[in-house]
Amino acid sequence: MPDKKDDVYGDHISHKFNDELMALKSEFLEMGGLVESQVDRAITALVDNDGHLADEVRATDKKVDQMEIDLDEEATLIIARRQPTARDLRLVISVIKMVADLERVGDEAKKIAKFAIKLSEEGQAPRGYVEVRHIGNHVLSMLHDALDAFARLDSEQALRIMKEDKRVDEEYQAATRTLLTFMMEDTRNISRCMSVMWILRALERVGDHACNIAENVIFMVKGEDVRHTPVEEAEKVVGR
Amino acid sequence: MTDQRSQAEIVRQSLKRRYRKERRFRAYGILAIAIALSALVVLFVDIIGKGYTGFTKTTITMEVELDGEMMYLDDATDKKQIKMADFVEPLLQALIRQVPGATEENRDAVRDLLNPYASNELRDMLEQNPEWLGTTQTLTVLAHTDVDVYVKHAGDDAYSIKLSDRQQRWVDQLVEKEVVQTSFNDVFFSSGDSRDPSRAGILGAIVGSLLTMLVTLVLSFPIGVAAAIYLEEFAPQNRLTDFIEVNINNLAAVPSIIFGLLGLAVFINLFGMPRSVPVVGGLVLTLMTLPTIIISSRAAIKSVPPSIREAAEGIGASKMQVVLHHVLPLAMPGMLTGSIIGMAQALGETAPLLLIGMVAFIVDVPDGFFDSATVLPVQVFLWAGSPELAFIERASAAIMVLLAFLVSMNALAIWLRKRLERRW
Amino acid sequence: MNTMNPTIAKEADHQEIEAGTPVREQPEETIIEEGKTVGEPFADNAKFKLRDVNVSYGDTRAIKNISLDVAKNEVIAFIGPSGCGKSTFLRCLNRMNDSIEICKVTGSLQLDDQDIYDRRRDVVELRARVGMVFQKPNPFPKSIYDNVAYGPRIHGLANRKSDLDDIVENSLRKAGLWSEVKDRLDATATGMSGGQQQRLCIARAIAVSPEVILMDEPCSALDPIATARVEELMAEMSESYTIVIVTHSMQQAARVSNRTAYFHLGHLVEVNETNKVFTSPEHELTESYITGRFG
Repeated sequence: MPDKKDDVYGDHISHKFNDELMALKSEFLEMGGLVESQVDRAITALVDNDGHLADEVRATDKKVDQMEIDLDEEATLIIARRQPTARDLRLVISVIKMVADLERVGDEAKKIAKFAIKLSEEGQAPRGYVEVRHIGNHVLSMLHDALDAFARLDSEQALRIMKEDKRVDEEYQAATRTLLTFMMEDTRNISRCMSVMWILRALERVGDHACNIAENVIFMVKGEDVRHTPVEEAEKVVGR
Repeated sequence: MTDQRSQAEIVRQSLKRRYRKERRFRAYGILAIAIALSALVVLFVDIIGKGYTGFTKTTITMEVELDGEMMYLDDATDKKQIKMADFVEPLLQALIRQVPGATEENRDAVRDLLNPYASNELRDMLEQNPEWLGTTQTLTVLAHTDVDVYVKHAGDDAYSIKLSDRQQRWVDQLVEKEVVQTSFNDVFFSSGDSRDPSRAGILGAIVGSLLTMLVTLVLSFPIGVAAAIYLEEFAPQNRLTDFIEVNINNLAAVPSIIFGLLGLAVFINLFGMPRSVPVVGGLVLTLMTLPTIIISSRAAIKSVPPSIREAAEGIGASKMQVVLHHVLPLAMPGMLTGSIIGMAQALGETAPLLLIGMVAFIVDVPDGFFDSATVLPVQVFLWAGSPELAFIERASAAIMVLLAFLVSMNALAIWLRKRLERRW
Repeated sequence: MNTMNPTIAKEADHQEIEAGTPVREQPEETIIEEGKTVGEPFADNAKFKLRDVNVSYGDTRAIKNISLDVAKNEVIAFIGPSGCGKSTFLRCLNRMNDSIEICKVTGSLQLDDQDIYDRRRDVVELRARVGMVFQKPNPFPKSIYDNVAYGPRIHGLANRKSDLDDIVENSLRKAGLWSEVKDRLDATATGMSGGQQQRLCIARAIAVSPEVILMDEPCSALDPIATARVEELMAEMSESYTIVIVTHSMQQAARVSNRTAYFHLGHLVEVNETNKVFTSPEHELTESYITGRFG
């Protein structure tokens, strides 16, 4: 339903209810934006060997955590006060779940920043950064698109993200194999390569969370739970 | 947007005006009630002031020598002799003994102090106690109406005193000696009408009223309630029922004398029923009361909450069961109240009864529905129109009795409503 | 504006916002097709089989071509905005509309495959099988005992006093009222609390051992605690009775019913499992109504 106007949550009889739902939505997007930049900056810090930036990323994670708490509270209050049903209920429930996903993504960014500090202290550009940059960009765009799909209630875009996740997995497999060959070439690389492996693993997790968000968007829009179902099934739901 | 403070100012000013208006309106209301109350007070003061003396009678108590020779009577058990005997003489002799300065020569003046009926009283006493003959007894007999008026109203310009100056002196002395006394007027409540005011009573009228009301109640209540239930519960909503409804409402406003004419034409001339009897009076008053009862009963039925009806219908009660088990018991207080008020109206009604001859002069207390009778308001009407002033106080006393009946009927209505009324 | 105090200014702003976006009566773009109901209006084990039902008051059509099955021993809730015809439709099921002369019902309404509106059908017998509980608790102004015993008495269900006593006790027990009133069965029913009165009305309906109980907004006059009691009672009763409930409270419909039917302007718009209706309704109008966008 990409053609739906943005005010589908904005035409209740109670204006206060409208405002609350709108606030929930925009605050969620704000948190999404923050988490997105966290991941982006963590990758940059790593690739550029920028320990300072990495420190900043770690510090900002506190803000992400606080936003999670705030959003959960708002959602709880809406349920308590308004007893939302149908579309509204799905929005609130999805936000509660997606907030958890975003917070995890934030944690992954923090983890990457931690490795960035560690690696920058050890100096010298290691191998595998190309893969990190590549997969990083990929999952970043996925996360961005997922948030975009949420903002526009675009279930088709959400479906595309679900499909994209497979490719991230493939890229991750390929990158792991590459790193394995590096490690076999020179055993001194093993420790550093393991760190890069962890970073890749974190990025792959970000992709998974983006995929979860996309699934929640589909639930929000279509009212059908597509988690743990084959993509073909999800396609059918979205096509309805 | 208007300035907030000035708006508050405007409101405050209008408040003053509004409160003034409210006070004025309240004052009008109090004034209206005061007028109504004062009218009522004037009415009561007037009636009670005029009528309370109607509840007392004036009697003469004295030692009477029942001398057989004087009375031409040897045997008090002999009916024939009693009829012929002279009962005035012993009373007259006894009274002459009581009046200082009275002699045989003024016997006519003295006799005028005795009630013409006093001799009959003596005869009745002697008939019951034949052994009194030849003894001396202390007896109490009625005084003459003129004495009665003089004792009660001496000095009142509205009453003309018919006693001569000498007679007045005598009476004054007799009052001093407590030979002439006033006491509760039992005659008023125990006898029928009479040409002599001191002997006139309202028992005949009360019994007549009760008989008439009984006929009215027995006829109008069942008919009225049945009509109301049918119209309210069973009748289809169409032009005919609308027409009937309009006519019933109109009937309630028809002047009562029209019902009297109808009664005269139908019951007496067409059906050949006797005149002046409670049955015909009751029938006429039934016609008059029916619309009131129907209207009030319908209102009572309408006020039964539809939720009760629905509840009964929802369980599967038939129409008849709904009406008999639920609507009727709940509407009964209202119906009774309406009926009693209708009956009270009928009790005070005069005009239609005049037309069917219940205005006749009837001395005897009626002993049945087909016996000639009069009713309380008609009795009042008769006495009020009488030229004899002594009847005025009797009329006022009768009005008080009538009012007492009306008040107690209305009180009964209120009590019944309070008693039977159920909340839902 | 300068002299205005800040709170008033805020309120005024708020009012302007309100005035700018008027409350919608209903989404104009949605056209309902007559006689078309989304979801699953039909059931296999139907107690009531209702087909193409139309109800009109004079020239006004109150129910427009509705077809619906009410399954055996289910609780089905009728919801919808005021004047949508849900109560009218409910009252067709035991012919409570009969007393309204201008009310005309057409279509096929069957209870256990027998026509409800058959001319030969006795309405008293129908109402003994299909009981009703009303919006306002309406006990008779009699004793508690007489209230419950009234139905069995008029239908002659109990020949002996002891039988009647049993029926009264059982009904009051089922209505969860026995322990509260067993010591004062002779007390007048109008002295009870609103919630007790409503449960008494339910007991009164049960006493005739009906197969179906129709409830017309049974809790709208009750406080939340009393409402919870009645809802609990409904949950228990659903084991042995078919219950059709009209309610204004969507939460109540969500709590007590198996299926929910959404009425709109005399149309039956959607019938679905209650769980589905309240999480992801199929029809646009249902969604708008239950999420509080109009109604």
